[in-house]
Amino acid sequence: MASILGHTFTPGSDAFSTDQINWNITGKAVGFTFYQAFLSTLITLLVGIPSSYLFGRFSFRGKNLLRILSTLPFILPTVVVAAGFNALIGPKGWLNLLIMDILQISTPPIRLLNSIPAILIAHVFYNTSIVIRVVGTAWEQLNQKLENAARMLGATPKKVFWKVTFPLLLPSILSATILVFLFDFTSFGVILMMGGAAFTTIEVEIYIQTMQFLNLKMAGILSLIQLTFSMLLTFLSLRISGNKNVPIISMIEGEGLKIPDSLNKKLFVFILTVILVILLVSPTIALLLRSILTFSMSNPTKEMASWAFTFENYRGLFFNDRHSLFFVPPITALRNSVLFAGATMTIALILGIMISVSYSKSERSNKYLDFLVMLPLGTSAVTLGMGYLSAFSSIPNSIRWFPVLIPMAHALIALPFVIRIIQPAIHSIPENLHEAAMTLGVPEKKLWRYLDLPLIKKPLATAAIYAFAVSLGEFGATTFLTRPEYPTLPIAIYRYLNLPGGENYGRAMAMASILLIICGSGFFIIERLQIKVKGGNQ
Amino acid sequence: MLELKHIKKKFNNLPLLKNVSFFVGKDETVCILGPSGGGKSTLLRIIAGLEKPAAGDVLWKDVDISTLPPHQRKFGLMFQDYALFPHLNVFDNVAFGLRMHHIAVDEISRRVDEALEMVSLRRIANRSVTDLSGGEKQRVAFARALAPKPNLLMLDEPMGSLDRTLQDQLIKELHILISKMDIPVIYVTHNQEEAFTIADRILILNEGRIVQSGSPQYIYTHPEDLWVASFFGLNNKLEGKICSIDPLIAETVIGKITFLCGKKKLSVGEAVDLVILPTAITMTENNDDLNYFEGQIKDNIFKGNSYTMRVGIRELAEFSFQMMTPYPKGKKVGFAIDTDSILYFEKK
Repeated sequence: MASILGHTFTPGSDAFSTDQINWNITGKAVGFTFYQAFLSTLITLLVGIPSSYLFGRFSFRGKNLLRILSTLPFILPTVVVAAGFNALIGPKGWLNLLIMDILQISTPPIRLLNSIPAILIAHVFYNTSIVIRVVGTAWEQLNQKLENAARMLGATPKKVFWKVTFPLLLPSILSATILVFLFDFTSFGVILMMGGAAFTTIEVEIYIQTMQFLNLKMAGILSLIQLTFSMLLTFLSLRISGNKNVPIISMIEGEGLKIPDSLNKKLFVFILTVILVILLVSPTIALLLRSILTFSMSNPTKEMASWAFTFENYRGLFFNDRHSLFFVPPITALRNSVLFAGATMTIALILGIMISVSYSKSERSNKYLDFLVMLPLGTSAVTLGMGYLSAFSSIPNSIRWFPVLIPMAHALIALPFVIRIIQPAIHSIPENLHEAAMTLGVPEKKLWRYLDLPLIKKPLATAAIYAFAVSLGEFGATTFLTRPEYPTLPIAIYRYLNLPGGENYGRAMAMASILLIICGSGFFIIERLQIKVKGGNQ
Repeated sequence: MLELKHIKKKFNNLPLLKNVSFFVGKDETVCILGPSGGGKSTLLRIIAGLEKPAAGDVLWKDVDISTLPPHQRKFGLMFQDYALFPHLNVFDNVAFGLRMHHIAVDEISRRVDEALEMVSLRRIANRSVTDLSGGEKQRVAFARALAPKPNLLMLDEPMGSLDRTLQDQLIKELHILISKMDIPVIYVTHNQEEAFTIADRILILNEGRIVQSGSPQYIYTHPEDLWVASFFGLNNKLEGKICSIDPLIAETVIGKITFLCGKKKLSVGEAVDLVILPTAITMTENNDDLNYFEGQIKDNIFKGNSYTMRVGIRELAEFSFQMMTPYPKGKKVGFAIDTDSILYFEKK
């Protein structure tokens, strides 16, 4: 980050000289970033808050599956989501193909891709899960006794909501809103792949200025603006989550959950479930299907279009044809990605454990550490990638460094999550367990091996899979650090999606499907590992 | 005032309340006493309107209020764990109900002060409820439930989450406050001492049924069945068979026991459960006494103002009773059982 500042404010030159900085573009990018983030957040809340109510107050058949599905976007790479939506609503996607087939027309009628709605849909897809996680959990843990107490004191159901439920949920709603806004604000892959060239946010502009115009100064200014806002938001979100009112009333797990009994409630649960399933599942299904089916309009005038089952897209991954921008067949990208992911996992775990252990009992110092650790979360991947790029490009033989830079950048991105998983696990081990182990003959130096490590085995595995998946799907930072001879899977998918021709499209679908399957499996392993947190107290 | 008629309720498809009916009169304090999981809280929630019964009616002043939503019933409920609003301070918690009833601002402030004064907490009106001690929380909850002047007050295990010494002190305070009130009070607890302190009348609820009702003194000395007797900790039990009607004598493992007849008529050969009240046992050396037995002291447990003694009779039976000065363990003793302190229940 320091190197970005260095490039931006090089000594001797007037930092704010206008020759390299186009304030018009900057202003436009900043304006559009706020505009789309605001709209995305608003729509996300409109879907997310009723969904939180659904999860927090109802029990219904299939809820667990829906809960698992709703957390899936957490681990899905942007390229997979972009490819999924492309397979669903893109010009070569299902919806268009179907309508073209029915209406017998030759041009795709739905032109959602490369438009603001496409960006919004993808953002809602991603961030609804955040709202459900944060607000839904708070709602579930909000003891219904409080609402009942209000009713006993004469509050109408409406008043109960506005005077008790809402104020108690407000910190969670705010903290979810800020988080969602932050993610929408720093979104890169979605904008680039769903919005196309017409829409540039700060992130995309940084990328364009760096990679296309090599205008590091301009990119630096943009990064700075970006960084200021996202740090402000991160700080705000930490402040709010620190002030959360946790109702300190013990409750039985699932105590507040009700089976929908009236017609209205049944309808609410049914409709919302359907909406969520469509939103969360359709892009992934569309993607998987599109990768194994080919579509040909043999005779566009009259004949029925034909669908065929094929492995051609997957077979194509092993060949390196002339259209490709790489020197290597796509399958090599998979190998590269897996290698990078392995390295990322190792780095992130080692750093994660070291930092987690260093969290002390002192709340004050933890707060600063918290902020420092969460900084990469607020800093966008693009800024991070640019930072690495500009820091290392000045080193001689920097080319040789690049393969190492990718896992380092990925590890930094994964680190906040890794720490959030490991740190609570380490600090939830009661001190008296250590004392018990010592009285039973474990030397103090071996406590870690015999007690702590087995105890945090599951969170550790979760963190490892998480880091692996993050690296596998990382797009933003990688776009800066990638070399043609070492493409990663997401980079390859992005390139293939942008190449003309059905063959390339099919390969992009196949690669995205592979990525989806790997990340999806990792996600289900994490789900299985999950230690159930019982009860709502403390 | 309040009447419940044939209330039935299921939980997880198992009957939780089986045909519960009772009446609570004007300024009567009724305790619903029973073991945990017996349906006590559910019964309160049904009266409050927070839950609907599967069958049966709730009547207030002879009007069926079964379909009336909770906020229109004007009943106060003090929750287990108190359910204080964590986002409001002490004053605003107590004022909450008054605000819901659209009472004028200065009137609210006067009545909150009054309610807090009653529980002597006026000085902490501006404190956050999350900073309060357990006892303070309980008193705020009590003030909050009473501030809107409810027509009926319900208390659900109000001592549940307090430690023992605090319980002893607060139950006395609560008793004084409740006895001053002129509204019906329903107090739910699993603790018999609390029920004895507070109640004008006790309803014993077990497995979804009211098994007995009456004044504390009456219920304790006249338990309806063996379960109620054990629930009160009367554990000096003996099985026997009637061998004579006049005088009434039962043959037991330790020998013949003579006792006085109560309401229920018995016949020769009938199997009975005998429960000997702890007060029935007196030490004696006179082996001519009626119901004289010999045994050995098994244990003497110091209980502060007395000792709980355990005496064994030839490994056949054991009785507990209180003594001011203990006998040493292992001492051989003779004792007599008072004929009118023996309860008997027909075998079911």
